[in-house]
Amino acid sequence: MGNEYILEMKGISKSFSSVKVLHEVDFRIKKGEVHALMGENGAGKSTLIKILTGIYSRDGGTILFDGKEIHPADALEAQKAGISTIYQEISLIGQLSVAENIYIGREIKKHGAIDWKAINEKSRELLAGLGLDIDVTKVLSSYGTAIQQMVAIARSILIDAKLVIMDEATSSLDDDEVKILFNIIRKLKAQGISVLFISHRLPEIFEIADSLTVLKDGSLVGEYRTADLTRKELVSKMIGHDAENIVEVKRTYRKVSGEEYLKVSDIQSGIKLKGLNLTIHRGEIVGLAGLLGAGRTELARVIFGIDRKDKGEIWIDGKPVEFKLPAHAIGHGLAFCSEDRKVEGIIPNLTIAENISIANMKEVSRFGVIHHAKQRAVAKEYIEKIRIKTTGTDQKIKNLSGGNQQKVILARWLSMKPDFIILDEPTRGIDVGAKKEIEDLIREISAEGISVLLISSEFEELIRNCDRVEVLRDGKNAGCLRGEEITENNIMSLIATGKVETGGGQSE
Amino acid sequence: MNREQLGEISRKYGALIVLILMVVINAIVTPNFLHINTMWNILIQAFSVIVISMGMTLVIATGGIDISVGSTMALASIIFAKLLIEYEMSFGVSLLAALFASCIFGAFNGILIGVFDFQPIVASLILMISGRGIAQQFNNGVVISFYGNKYSAIGTYRIGGVVPIQIVFILLVVLAAAFIVKKTNFGLYVQAIGDNKTASKLMGLRTTLVLVGIYVLCAFLAGFAASLETLRMCSADPNNIGLNVELDCIAAVAIGGTSMSGGRAVVWGTLVGALVMQLITTMMNMNNIFYAYALVIKSVIIIIALYLQKEKES
Ligand SMILES: Nc1ncnc2c1ncn2[C@@H]1O[C@H](COP(=O)(O)OP(=O)(O)OP(=O)(O)O)[C@@H](O)[C@H]1O
Ligand SMILES: [Mg+2]
Repeated sequence: MGNEYILEMKGISKSFSSVKVLHEVDFRIKKGEVHALMGENGAGKSTLIKILTGIYSRDGGTILFDGKEIHPADALEAQKAGISTIYQEISLIGQLSVAENIYIGREIKKHGAIDWKAINEKSRELLAGLGLDIDVTKVLSSYGTAIQQMVAIARSILIDAKLVIMDEATSSLDDDEVKILFNIIRKLKAQGISVLFISHRLPEIFEIADSLTVLKDGSLVGEYRTADLTRKELVSKMIGHDAENIVEVKRTYRKVSGEEYLKVSDIQSGIKLKGLNLTIHRGEIVGLAGLLGAGRTELARVIFGIDRKDKGEIWIDGKPVEFKLPAHAIGHGLAFCSEDRKVEGIIPNLTIAENISIANMKEVSRFGVIHHAKQRAVAKEYIEKIRIKTTGTDQKIKNLSGGNQQKVILARWLSMKPDFIILDEPTRGIDVGAKKEIEDLIREISAEGISVLLISSEFEELIRNCDRVEVLRDGKNAGCLRGEEITENNIMSLIATGKVETGGGQSE
Repeated sequence: MNREQLGEISRKYGALIVLILMVVINAIVTPNFLHINTMWNILIQAFSVIVISMGMTLVIATGGIDISVGSTMALASIIFAKLLIEYEMSFGVSLLAALFASCIFGAFNGILIGVFDFQPIVASLILMISGRGIAQQFNNGVVISFYGNKYSAIGTYRIGGVVPIQIVFILLVVLAAAFIVKKTNFGLYVQAIGDNKTASKLMGLRTTLVLVGIYVLCAFLAGFAASLETLRMCSADPNNIGLNVELDCIAAVAIGGTSMSGGRAVVWGTLVGALVMQLITTMMNMNNIFYAYALVIKSVIIIIALYLQKEKES
């Protein structure tokens, strides 16, 4: 049969307890193409995919896969049909070796026993084919997210997947890792495998996607060839109105002359931090740039009292401090919004209102008794301010879309009115429109005198918001950029070589 | 009403449906079941399980479990009787001593679990095994009885000659537990820790304190239930009091809909679960059903209750 589409979903509908989140959506992917699914947070992208992979049942519509109608009732059935999914949160087993993870469920046997030699050998070949040369006998969890994702991809090649789905798979990768992943996607494409790609990072879409489908509020907006759209056009399709001031890169740096708030000197800890220095003034937004593993998150964790330091000192307002618990740091006016929303952020079964206020209950309670009306009022304020898409303050956070969960966690920390807030990848998984609102909010609080340490793998985010950017490299300071010096080129060359090509850039 | 809505109702009210079923079945098969005195008796017999399972609900909501409550009952019972009857101390002092000793057991569990990160089932296994031995040591394993003593009427006291004193305490404890869960910061922290401990720590919650507090509270309730049981029976039998009570409590919590892996605490559900457990026992006893069959029927009813409220993906 000469069907050029690997997947055709028609008239897909879905409601969650009487709230309709997908309205007769049509969605199709050609054989051997990379197709992006675009839309704001809560548009229904993940829901559509979960229907395809059998995690949710659909209320209406048909799914044709490779010419045949399918009704996947669970993930295994979808996998058998040839659909493989790479989630943002790795779904493999960390305690097993890389090879075991690739071959689990389809072990190679010899005389009735598992043939480990063959499995290890084949796994090595498979990964080598993807351009990855690693020790496949080591446990999976000893590798970073990017490699774990590639192992998942290797597995999907092994199970003869015809469609590989990546729902925000790049959101926790750094630039170099994204490049490796994209090379693999191109290899999949060359083998005739289709890729369904979801990401809120527009440059990635324009680099990798052949065509794309836009959803808005659970309805289809349209299907386009990526080459036919400009960035601005794409964004306005996603948000439903003109995107004038959203896509521009506008600098907002100021010269901050406030007094010194935080000073960190010669911090060493484990093998990750090898003597780091950092100063932040009151009301200043300082960016931390660097590759994954450069020590950005590790530094934040040491400051906040989560991890111990081996050496070095931390001063706040000129006084030396050492926090043994996050609770102590919070008591001192610090806040830390972690990059790992699922493990370190959300309390899944609590409501939005509870998730926002829980770290700051003294604001919404008296003598330990909760004032529910106040708690909801705080939630309402943030639902409006950063447009959290929800059915109400009492919805469980686990039923929100990924980006909206992130907004709730941000609201938790911002509502504490701290003196100093560390934001680790705060806009991860957040759509372009909301990103702007959150960035505006960050600048707003810094204008009120709150100091901000902004950790971000997105250069544009650093350029737009930071007064100063400190670049880390391999656990040490590589250099510091201010104002006009903060450019993509300068950040990249500091990360790569520890030097900037022209002018300035001395660390203090 | 479509299937999805039906599913939601059974998920929410599964325990209640089973309770109503049990009442209806009993009304048909059990003689004199609908008599008010039968009702009082059922509640009196369910007293320990209801009171302790309120503590167990909170423990389980933190993602933990406490299988030492039976031993804690034995300890409280023997200390209470020994001080009150043999040493003739005042009622208040004896009771406080029994409660205090229970709290020490609870603190032991809580510290192992909250401070040293022991797995809750292993940590509380220690006292489940050794706690009863400790209790027996206090009186060399001999039962202390005090029939006809001046205290022997307290445990069977009826307010206005009608309402057994146990009912009052059941009401107080259940209302207090519901208040803690719904209305207090502490209750919110308990559920947050059970739902996501790492995140709770990172947002500055004092997870250690909350955990120790919750195990102390659970043991306190066990000690309190044991003291009143001792008064009602007019005897302290460290060999038998509270035997297997932890199992009934855990079953009550499970039937009630609190997740064994922690998170939301469903206080009213536990109350319903405890009543279901008691009604099964009553039905078995009053209809002279062979004990071994009784256990099987008990498990079948638990399975039905759990199945009704199984969380499924929509
Ligand atoms: N299990 C659920 N119960 C109730 N509502 C849900 C559930 N899952 C998703 N929703 C709702 O469906 C809508 C679409 O969510 P979905 O996760 O598909 O969005 P998304 O496009 O993937 O967004 P994001 O970019 O933030 O990941 C949201 O409004 C969300 O609140
Ligand atoms: Mg999503």
